[in-house]
Amino acid sequence: MPMISIRDLVVEYEGRRVLDKLNLDIEAGETMVLLGGSGSGKSTLLRHIIGLERPKSGSVIVKGVDITNCSPSELKNVRHSIGVAFQSAALFNSLTVEDNVALPLREHTALAPSIIDLMVWMKLAVVGLADFGKLHPQELSGGMKKRGAVARALALDPEILVLDEPSAGLDPIVAAELDELILLLKQTFHMTVVVVTHEMASAFRIADRIAMLHQGSFRSVGTGEEIKASQDPRVRQFLDRVPEEIAKAPSVAAHFEKYMQRKEAF
Amino acid sequence: MATVFESVGKRTIEHLDYVGSLNIQLWSTLRAIKSALPLVGNRYRWQATVRQMLQIGYDALPMVSLMALCTGFILALQGASELRRFGALHYVIDLVAVGFTRELGPLLTAIAVSGRSGSAFAAEIGTMKVTEELDSLRVMALEPIEFVLAPKYLAALISIPCLTIVSNCFGIAAGGLFMFFSTRLAPLLYFRYVLESIALHDVITGLIKSVAFATIIAHVGCLEGFRVRGGPDSVGRSTTNAVVKSTFLVIVADAIFTAIFYFTGAH
Repeated sequence: MPMISIRDLVVEYEGRRVLDKLNLDIEAGETMVLLGGSGSGKSTLLRHIIGLERPKSGSVIVKGVDITNCSPSELKNVRHSIGVAFQSAALFNSLTVEDNVALPLREHTALAPSIIDLMVWMKLAVVGLADFGKLHPQELSGGMKKRGAVARALALDPEILVLDEPSAGLDPIVAAELDELILLLKQTFHMTVVVVTHEMASAFRIADRIAMLHQGSFRSVGTGEEIKASQDPRVRQFLDRVPEEIAKAPSVAAHFEKYMQRKEAF
Repeated sequence: MATVFESVGKRTIEHLDYVGSLNIQLWSTLRAIKSALPLVGNRYRWQATVRQMLQIGYDALPMVSLMALCTGFILALQGASELRRFGALHYVIDLVAVGFTRELGPLLTAIAVSGRSGSAFAAEIGTMKVTEELDSLRVMALEPIEFVLAPKYLAALISIPCLTIVSNCFGIAAGGLFMFFSTRLAPLLYFRYVLESIALHDVITGLIKSVAFATIIAHVGCLEGFRVRGGPDSVGRSTTNAVVKSTFLVIVADAIFTAIFYFTGAH
């Protein structure tokens, strides 16, 4: 049975279809990268995978539970096995990095404070922030914040790790460090990892499989090599960095002509 | 004509939706508030409640005290200028004591706290929403109502009545200052007259009002925060809305409570 199974997922916002009958299986222990341009629907898909939004139709089955149609307590149980690091890191600014990581442990376990402190230190050490636990998020760099968010996502040893744009806004060296961290986590903890990104180098480095989204539909799903070899025009456009024709010459000329006519009339 | 009806209908539905959301939020918070209580609740939630109590209550003490002192003095001055003509200057004591315990103490405190803490609740929760902190709470299987709102509501329920008592004391003390300087009435004698003029039900009705005001301020502030959509400009709008709506609702609630107490004979 797949760890995450998406079936005929349809999402609409005010009548506008954002995701159109998506189907995808993510196996246990697999790293699935959701790749796509801005507005392709990848972050929306991610929000449905972690149960933050309800779709118009279709289902998202995580560990055998349909999270689009389950009770709040079932959803809570499923969420205990998912760790999420958001694009903005979303660390609580009023808490230190240590307290951010300790939060899920304090709330969901009955561990002694000394054990929680030890676990927090271990999680921070895994992401290379062991010496920065006493700082507040606003005192950290962008890359450190994202690593802090990963440490918090790892706090309860989740089976599924979800990362939203982990390398967005980071310099190439820090982005590469995060890629290595994701690979390390997967090898060490045998997690199922779902990553949303539009960074191709990062996607090909960490992915077991890549699902390429365009305008709410999967254009191609396969391994990195399969995606690279794809002849789908949209996939090729994305891989070859071909720009869209935003301003077509005839329409611009017509607009300019109209403007001149209006000016002459005055 | 159809447009006018459409517009009125739309606004009515919006207002009903707002009141409905406030009610749902209130019931959800009452169900979650146990977690913020000491001993029986979650230790970290109670710590958050204490922090909030300090912010809502302790930090507002100088401002509320000064406001009460000034208002008490103004009330005594205005009352005296009329009552003196009838040779009834001693009724200033009744006016200040009863006016503050029943009405001005709770109302002044609520308006001060609405401006300070209601806006802070909206800004804090709105920012948490914009920066995805509320989403991160949900994915950690923590309910924002329980984690964020319950400590704030419990803290408001404790702090605002306490602040109201402080406000009453300062307002009445201002009346004492006026009486001392205008008639050389000894402070101890003034306080004896104050105790004679107010009854226990005056204090209780004032405190009932302050509990209702605390509910309005905490829930309107938090609801405005939860309703933030978009970016920082939306946080600014929600902060303004929190102050405007909570002040308006506090005054409406005050009028309703005063009418109820008047017609049921509690005053």
